[in-house]
Amino acid sequence: MTHMEQPTIAAEDGRATAPTAMPSDAPLVLRGVTVSYGEKPAVFSVDATFPARSMSAIIGPNGAGKSTLLKAALGVIPRLSGEIHIFGRPIEKTRERIAYVPQRASVDWDFPTTVMDVVQMGLYRKVGLLGRLSGSLRGRARACLDRVGMADFAHRQIGQLSGGQQQRVFLARALAQDADLYLLDEPFAGVDAATEVAIIDVLKLLKTQGRAVVAVHHDLSTVRDYFDHVFLINVRRIAEGSVEAAFTTANLQATYGGRLAATHLDELSVAG
Amino acid sequence: MTAFLDALLLQAGYNAALVAIGAGLLGFAAGSSGTFLFLRKRALVSDAVAHATLPGVGLAFILMVALGGDGRSLIGLLAGSAVTAWIGLLLIEWIARRTRLAEDAAIGAVLGVFFGLGIVLLTVIQAMSAGRQAGLESFLLGSTAGMLFQDAVVIAVGGTLAVLATWLLRRPMTLVAFDSDYAAAIGYDVRRIDLLMMGLVMAVSVIGLKLVGLILIVAMLIIPPVTARFWTDRSNRVIWIAGGVGGAAGYLGAVLSASAPDLPTGPIIVLVAAAIFVVSLLFAPERGVLAAVLRHRRFQARVHRRQGLLALAAQHLIREPYTLRLLAREGLVRPDGVPTEAGRAQAAKIARDERRWAVAREIHQDAGLTGRYDGLTPIEEVFTTDEIAEFDRRLGPPVPVNPAVGDA
Amino acid sequence: MGAEFVQFSLTPILIGTFAAIACALPGNFLILRRQALIGDAISHVVLPGIVVAFLITGIVAAIPMLLGAAGAAIVAVILIEAIRRLGNIEPGAAMGVVFTTMFAAGVLILEQTDTSRVHLDVEHALMGNLESLVWFRAEGWHSLLDPAALATLPDELGRIAVACAIIVALTLVFWRWLKIATFDEGFAQALGIPAAALGFGLVVTAAIAAVAAFDAVGSIIVIAMFICPPAAARLMTNRLEHQIWWSVAFATLSAVLGYVFAGYGPLWFGGENAVSAAGMIAAVSGVILGLACLYGPHRGRVGVGKEEAAA
Repeated sequence: MTHMEQPTIAAEDGRATAPTAMPSDAPLVLRGVTVSYGEKPAVFSVDATFPARSMSAIIGPNGAGKSTLLKAALGVIPRLSGEIHIFGRPIEKTRERIAYVPQRASVDWDFPTTVMDVVQMGLYRKVGLLGRLSGSLRGRARACLDRVGMADFAHRQIGQLSGGQQQRVFLARALAQDADLYLLDEPFAGVDAATEVAIIDVLKLLKTQGRAVVAVHHDLSTVRDYFDHVFLINVRRIAEGSVEAAFTTANLQATYGGRLAATHLDELSVAG
Repeated sequence: MTAFLDALLLQAGYNAALVAIGAGLLGFAAGSSGTFLFLRKRALVSDAVAHATLPGVGLAFILMVALGGDGRSLIGLLAGSAVTAWIGLLLIEWIARRTRLAEDAAIGAVLGVFFGLGIVLLTVIQAMSAGRQAGLESFLLGSTAGMLFQDAVVIAVGGTLAVLATWLLRRPMTLVAFDSDYAAAIGYDVRRIDLLMMGLVMAVSVIGLKLVGLILIVAMLIIPPVTARFWTDRSNRVIWIAGGVGGAAGYLGAVLSASAPDLPTGPIIVLVAAAIFVVSLLFAPERGVLAAVLRHRRFQARVHRRQGLLALAAQHLIREPYTLRLLAREGLVRPDGVPTEAGRAQAAKIARDERRWAVAREIHQDAGLTGRYDGLTPIEEVFTTDEIAEFDRRLGPPVPVNPAVGDA
Repeated sequence: MGAEFVQFSLTPILIGTFAAIACALPGNFLILRRQALIGDAISHVVLPGIVVAFLITGIVAAIPMLLGAAGAAIVAVILIEAIRRLGNIEPGAAMGVVFTTMFAAGVLILEQTDTSRVHLDVEHALMGNLESLVWFRAEGWHSLLDPAALATLPDELGRIAVACAIIVALTLVFWRWLKIATFDEGFAQALGIPAAALGFGLVVTAAIAAVAAFDAVGSIIVIAMFICPPAAARLMTNRLEHQIWWSVAFATLSAVLGYVFAGYGPLWFGGENAVSAAGMIAAVSGVILGLACLYGPHRGRVGVGKEEAAA
């Protein structure tokens, strides 16, 4: 059998690195997941394992199914086939262990509500439908806002915030969920530099606390600085592994095709 | 039955014939002009416009009586209805543009409030000339019973004019409906064309008031384009098919209504259109429900079959029962999941295609081609035979998936 | 403002107010979800529902009619959703197809059935009949303490009061779900909130409101009650909690002022006959919305909506 030059990672059979020895309690495991909008698969037969205590990036060109993969993992959109396990159990039984930061553009920022209200939405699992929001929970919401540097904005209407501030509020809401697995959909899209630093500081802290972070990520130049683990996707799984092993020129070429100019690749601090 | 045939062949009297022709023409104009609205995703604006005609009818009646007329002139009433419909339209635009409220809220607000005003005016009229009710209520649901000859003429002439206007405006309106940015870029005044479009819709609504009534005229603007959409993906055809559906519904509805008592014109026309819609929804060849269900099941089977074979190629266990059943039915695996010879052969072919794709992605770093590596597109659809031969040359000779069995 | 008021005006005002509040509460969420026109669709299918209920039972009684109308609203919502999904048709057009067809069928059945012996006609259904809901046995304010007189209160008052209470209770119980799912549906689903079922429940609640209000204000003016008070309220505040209160206040104001203007307004202008109270309530709510559009403190748009961001 003639191998390609690049090692084990290329998707020769569509599921190259066999998930047989998969740790069953990994934070997020996908097996044979296919999602399609109409007749076109957005994500086809994807296997993936996102490790504990690390920051993972989902990388791929526009329309490659990155956000779709994340939403499928959350059980928010129906899948055509495949299985998803969160810490070794089906999603329905582990929802309280997941926090989610949707794309900023996915909601109506004109909605009549305040920053504090949005953060308190993250406490919903704790208080339920009718439970009273106790003083300590309110304090926790405030602390989460403080951690993203937004405590002074608690009573602003959300529409009056800048893009970066909106993203911080979303992150604070996820922090309020106090989860073990954080799923973020393009957390750095359209935010200012200060916010990017603030967000990454919070995420790194989460990692040191032993939690897993999985983010859809766009900016290839920061992958190496921010993440430990990458998952490259273009409808199919292209490669996954530690940044050192999988974030390679060959894999990026395979993921992006002609869209990634060679000169651009040189600027990235990628291996190989 | 004979009454129906007489009416169908326009033998049921001069008035009935004129009304039937007018209804057909109006239906055509409504269907085709409604298409622009539908493509612009503003179908229910027409609902607000239609309801906003009611206060105009009332005001025109009061005005005409105040000026000494008997207030029942159809042209006068229609002119009045056009004025308030236009005001309603401008208000919707103003609310949606100037405030944070979305267009749907503006539509609903104008619709409800104008209708309420209309009802107030109707009660005023009832009080001021109890004996001369003038049957303004017939504008609610449409009625052609006891229609005057000149009213029938108004409908026939109005229908003809509406068809002509649609024909004249079809190009700019299609352009704006499909791509307003492009239309603006090449120098069309999109706002004016939008208003023209709304003006046409308003004209159709006003002409249809006496025939279909203001609550149901919106059906003639919406149902035909939605129906036509099932039959074609091409814009100009949508317009003509919608016109055809609307025309047929108008003509047949008016004929049916004339052929028996207790068959109000408006509801009958709408129900004829709805019947055509239901048939299209279910049975249209490409976009119909039946076709879609079959297609989705085929697609799902394709995905599962492919994933199953990929699993076989990688010598993984097939876990999903549906995949297993599918492959077992084709004789590719035994019920316990062990591949048969045919299954191994198929898996080998798929594994080979996967390797070919890997080579292809390396050679052709062209997103247009390799972007079709979506798991389902056969490689033969994307690359020519000699290109594939080149991939094979680089790959070397075929390799069996399972060492026990040779490649097929 | 004595006996005559209690006898002729008190119950219509109360019924109108309850109806307006019952509609305004779900209306707040419909507007924020860009589903305002669901109210339009629901209100149009109330008539066919009532007609079918009459056909089946053969009597004009409140309970079967309410059930029929609620059933029609649910059928309509399911059909709209089915057409939207199956035919890949935008929601507005799907609504337009469904409610006009059902309305047309209702009118046709009504015309074909001999309803002359019963009080069931299209105009009443469309325009409402608030004025007729008077309290004949009332002799003054003291009648409020007289069990015999209270027993003769119009049935409509009890029905709309119960419906209004149910809707208030539902809004309170599901407040958090509604708020989260309306603001960020994806996040709500990720939390495990059944967002789709919640959306359907909201529409059913709106249907209950429309049916209960139908007696009083007729089926078309209900649309104004769904939309105008909440829309005006949205322009007054940037907090959902406050918006709800504003909408209740505007709904009450519309109902009271509308009834008073309809009953007494023509007298001020030298007329003799009252005009339609339901129509006047809609008109007043429209005026309130107009004033809010012109002067509301939060009338302008801030932030980027979904559509603009996606464009």
